[in-house]
Amino acid sequence: MSTTTVAHHEEHSDHPTGIMRWLTTTNHKDIGTMYLTFSLVMFLVGGLMVLGIRAELFRPGLQLMNPDFYNQLIGVHALIMIFAALMPAATGFANWMIPLQIGAPDMALPRLNNWGFWLLPPSAILLTLPFTLALFGIGDGALATGWTFYPPLSVQGGIGVDFAIFAVHLLGVSSVMGSINIIVTLFNMRAPGMTLMKMPMFAWGWLITAFLLVATIPVLAGAVTMLLTDRHFGTHFFDAAGGGDPIMFQHLFWFFGHPEVYILLLPVWGFIPQILQTFSRKPMYGYKAQVYSLWAIGALAVVVWAHHFFTAGMPVPALLYFMYSTMAISLPLAVLFFCWIKTMWKGSMSFETPMLFAVGWIILFGIGGLTGLVLADVAADAQYHNSYFVVAHFHYTLFAGGIMGIMAGVYYWLPKMTGHMYNEKLGKVHFWLTAISFNVTFIPQFFVGLAGMPRRIPDYALQFTEFNMISTVGAFILGLSQLLFVYNIIMCAKGGQKATDKVWEGAEGLEWTLSSPPPYHSFNEQPVIK
Amino acid sequence: MATHSENQYFVPHGSVYPSILSAGLLSMAAGFVFSVATDRGGNSLAYLEGPGKWMMYFGLAVVLFMMFKWLGTVVTESITGKYKSWEDKSFRIGMVVFIASEVAFFAAFFGALFYMRILSVPDLASYSPDITPYKDFLAVWPSQGPGGNVLGAEYAPNPEFKPMHWMGLPLINTILLLTSGATITWAHWGLIKNNRKQLIIGMALTVALGIAFLICQGLEYHHAYTEMGLTLGSGAYGATFFMLTGFHGFHVTIGTLMLIVILLRCMKGHFTPEHHFGFEGVAWYWHFVDVVWLGLFIFVYML
Repeated sequence: MSTTTVAHHEEHSDHPTGIMRWLTTTNHKDIGTMYLTFSLVMFLVGGLMVLGIRAELFRPGLQLMNPDFYNQLIGVHALIMIFAALMPAATGFANWMIPLQIGAPDMALPRLNNWGFWLLPPSAILLTLPFTLALFGIGDGALATGWTFYPPLSVQGGIGVDFAIFAVHLLGVSSVMGSINIIVTLFNMRAPGMTLMKMPMFAWGWLITAFLLVATIPVLAGAVTMLLTDRHFGTHFFDAAGGGDPIMFQHLFWFFGHPEVYILLLPVWGFIPQILQTFSRKPMYGYKAQVYSLWAIGALAVVVWAHHFFTAGMPVPALLYFMYSTMAISLPLAVLFFCWIKTMWKGSMSFETPMLFAVGWIILFGIGGLTGLVLADVAADAQYHNSYFVVAHFHYTLFAGGIMGIMAGVYYWLPKMTGHMYNEKLGKVHFWLTAISFNVTFIPQFFVGLAGMPRRIPDYALQFTEFNMISTVGAFILGLSQLLFVYNIIMCAKGGQKATDKVWEGAEGLEWTLSSPPPYHSFNEQPVIK
Repeated sequence: MATHSENQYFVPHGSVYPSILSAGLLSMAAGFVFSVATDRGGNSLAYLEGPGKWMMYFGLAVVLFMMFKWLGTVVTESITGKYKSWEDKSFRIGMVVFIASEVAFFAAFFGALFYMRILSVPDLASYSPDITPYKDFLAVWPSQGPGGNVLGAEYAPNPEFKPMHWMGLPLINTILLLTSGATITWAHWGLIKNNRKQLIIGMALTVALGIAFLICQGLEYHHAYTEMGLTLGSGAYGATFFMLTGFHGFHVTIGTLMLIVILLRCMKGHFTPEHHFGFEGVAWYWHFVDVVWLGLFIFVYML
């Protein structure tokens, strides 16, 4: 391996210690670690909120909280899980792994990278502060509109809505800065000889994600800004008395909101094939087909948004267009599923924890995708809309497809990041507990949804009781088993069996050519890809 | 990709500016929320207003100071030769993507304008009088909306209301901005030819045109509020008019501040014909602001 380039670091491997290291760092690994840690903490915070929701739903009637507080928990749970748990986890992996995978000395814009992370804690404070203020009698709690901010409810809401609007602004700035950084890194920092079509699949997934973020997050920022002016400065964007329309907010919101689903999933679709090929010990099947499919999905993602509110009222041609274009997404997605399965086909597979998560992910995410196809049907959606069927569907895509995918990535790369092997047995127990209790939680919700139980209501009709009890028991097991995950990560970070450089027998790619953990400044000498 | 003209990428030392800047933004955001706080009934929480304003101003001061320090560090790094062509390319790609995100931001407000004009205003006028509270409403643009037949006097359309005509100040503003686009390009030619006089005169003219634009827009807003009955609350037209031109004006303000900094840096001789990304980045931003104005002039003022 010949070397051509040398990175110049102002302060070689010495860096400040303690809190100043983390506040000031421009190192992609430090920033990646902060993103991942923040994500894990917020995952637990959001999980605690949902345990409150499930405890309330254990029995019909109102037990633990008033309906307003229930609504606050629903909205903040969703915002935290989407913006503060899933997105930072994917960005954390991007920061850690993209420079290692493409042989770059660091991310292209290191100080911007630092800012991207440090915008997140203020946003988390803005999201949760209204709860604390309400304890002191200031304001009336967090936003009670659900995470979608629909007016007119959000125009009438209290200070929780304003706080959430600004939290979304800061999160948006953070995402756009992160995306700029990733796009620049991928276009300008690849090792000599690594053409675009030689990039690892994870880099492709993130490139398309970053483009989607740059195109859609500012639209969300515009939409919530209109909401803010409607609330406080007398505009009539979402008010029919001034010629506006509440449904316009739904269009603007879901123009961002639907691509957001792919923003959460595309990075996972990037590294799952890498995990599958590692543990199947054979090359990825259909690299080009996968790249083109990712592009096709990214392009379709921005033109299908109105399927989130078929029942809000739309001309029939619009309904038909949004139905068919939504269903068209299943074509490139089917190509991806085929490639993932074909990657494993006749491989000499072994089932370490990352592989267990990856295989389980394919099945569970498949269920999420197929139920989405059902919801895309306008006629069927008239019944399913706003029912627990929808809740079950998007948890199969975002918990199974998103978070379980992220967990596969954590187990896959943790030995590389920490230099120690995690506890394999504990990891497998964590997988089985998670996969089984996840299904125990959400399969019943498909049935109660089909039978007519609505979302976002703290009370329900008596006939749904048994299934809701099963669901709540599943949710508590699911929540508690994540403590194993946290324990495993902490123990792995503190010590354990030394990991080899390659870690996994079948691992391919530049990140596995470095030591475990990699040196503070890696690829000072850029490798040349043949 | 195979050959980099320089072989070292500059990874800057750590910095506290980004994290303190974020804390300043937190203070600004929370302070703003307190200063306009209401409870769910719409009653204002007046006791929060004073502390909220102070939090907001304090946060703003922190943000501005941190930006000044951060950008100052970048300028120092630039003139001490830390950035070579590899880093330069990063900045260029980054600026292009950033401007693309700004385009998406304005697209949201243009989208709202088109939606209200093409869909929601005609829809409100199209219903049979039996089922709509807005019985006499006609779908004409510019529209203040059907107003307060049902909702009371607070929502009544202002009879004084007049839309902004494109002749007069808006046309002058268009000429000012288009000219400034030409002067900054002329200044850039001067920079490339190493003609410092042309560079500085061009930049000074551009700054002057930017300031003139802002003065004209201030006069226009004053005129709208005092004589035309056109305010933020003037229904669909007022909301889109002020939000689109307002955010554009905000971008012109930022652009003018950046132009002033670049002018000062030109006078100090920071830029060479080969190495002047700072100049070009601001010029790109200025052209972007220019193009948005053309969109505004056509879709908000003329059509």
